[in-house]
Amino acid sequence: MEKNLTHIALFAALIAVLGLVPKIDLISGVPITAQSMGVMLCGTVLGAKRGALAVLLFVALVALGLPLLAGGRGGLGVFASPTVGFVVGFPFAAFTAGLIVERWRAPITAAALAGAIIGGIVVLYAFGITGMALVLGKTLPEATALATPFLPGDLIKAVLAALITRSIAQMRPGALLSRA
Amino acid sequence: MLTLTSPVEIWAHRLPAGAKLGLLCAFTILLFALKTPAALLIAAAATAALIASGGPTFAKVSLTMLRPLWPFVLIVGLWHLWIGEPTQGVSIVIRMITAVAAANFVTMTTRLTDMITVLETLTKPLARLGLSPRALALAVALTIRFIPVTLSRMQVIRESWRARSPRRPGWRILLPATLAALDDAEAVAEALRARGGAG
Repeated sequence: MEKNLTHIALFAALIAVLGLVPKIDLISGVPITAQSMGVMLCGTVLGAKRGALAVLLFVALVALGLPLLAGGRGGLGVFASPTVGFVVGFPFAAFTAGLIVERWRAPITAAALAGAIIGGIVVLYAFGITGMALVLGKTLPEATALATPFLPGDLIKAVLAALITRSIAQMRPGALLSRA
Repeated sequence: MLTLTSPVEIWAHRLPAGAKLGLLCAFTILLFALKTPAALLIAAAATAALIASGGPTFAKVSLTMLRPLWPFVLIVGLWHLWIGEPTQGVSIVIRMITAVAAANFVTMTTRLTDMITVLETLTKPLARLGLSPRALALAVALTIRFIPVTLSRMQVIRESWRARSPRRPGWRILLPATLAALDDAEAVAEALRARGGAG
């Protein structure tokens, strides 16, 4: 009980910090925040249920008025802006990523990569693109075109999330709750 | 921990949080129902008047908070000029800016403690599904407390990287940061158990 609670709270804090830390150069010269990678990690490390709850807690704190989204954004305005779908999709992305790592008993790197890509990109983009289409009054293909420039960066983040998950499996096998 | 609540106290700070959130919901639904630019302009003017009533400092902060929207204004503007429907583009932009500004107004005039009270009220029915309100309150408090802790931990990891390598700290510092979060979670769980548990 306590362990679940503290893992959820601490990973919610980790997502927030990954958005606040400015410019982690994922590959040299491409400064993107690691926030959505934090969402992937919640799923691949904590598992479906705990991961989704950690991300849900983070999203709730944003809604309550804490400026925790990348770039110091937050508050209720986020939920009226074109990027609303991505924020709403965060918990679903973590849940999917966690579910894949839990259920698919492949080697951890492959399972985590599949989870991060399907959860953190396919599911997240489905929500994000729908949100942009609704707020901006565009069709789904048009909104998809708007999201495509972010795809390469997110693919890099998915690979990194898988590598970090593998390292945790090697260094602290007991701490990898998605496979515990 | 900084919140987005405005330090400039205005009349709207004294309204109950639940009422403000209810009005915001109704207003946002209305905005998406309005189709003509004229009707949307009236709604935008009303929102602007609301923000202006907070004085110049308050209004300035409100404007800064709208800054992340400009790429979308640009894209929608160019797109609708391109397809030759500028009126529709103007409607979309006005609606988007007004909806975000109104939501920000509620965030800026409601204290975090009041928002947390609303969250607790809204999640009360979930107690039957096993989510105890105490656990939720504890999780919220823990997260808020551990954001600065994790931030300074990240700074320490970054500095120790710099001490050993001439290269810039890249994504590699994310692994120790994640491990630290896992270790902190274990330690805090121990501490909670030692003090009688979270239940």
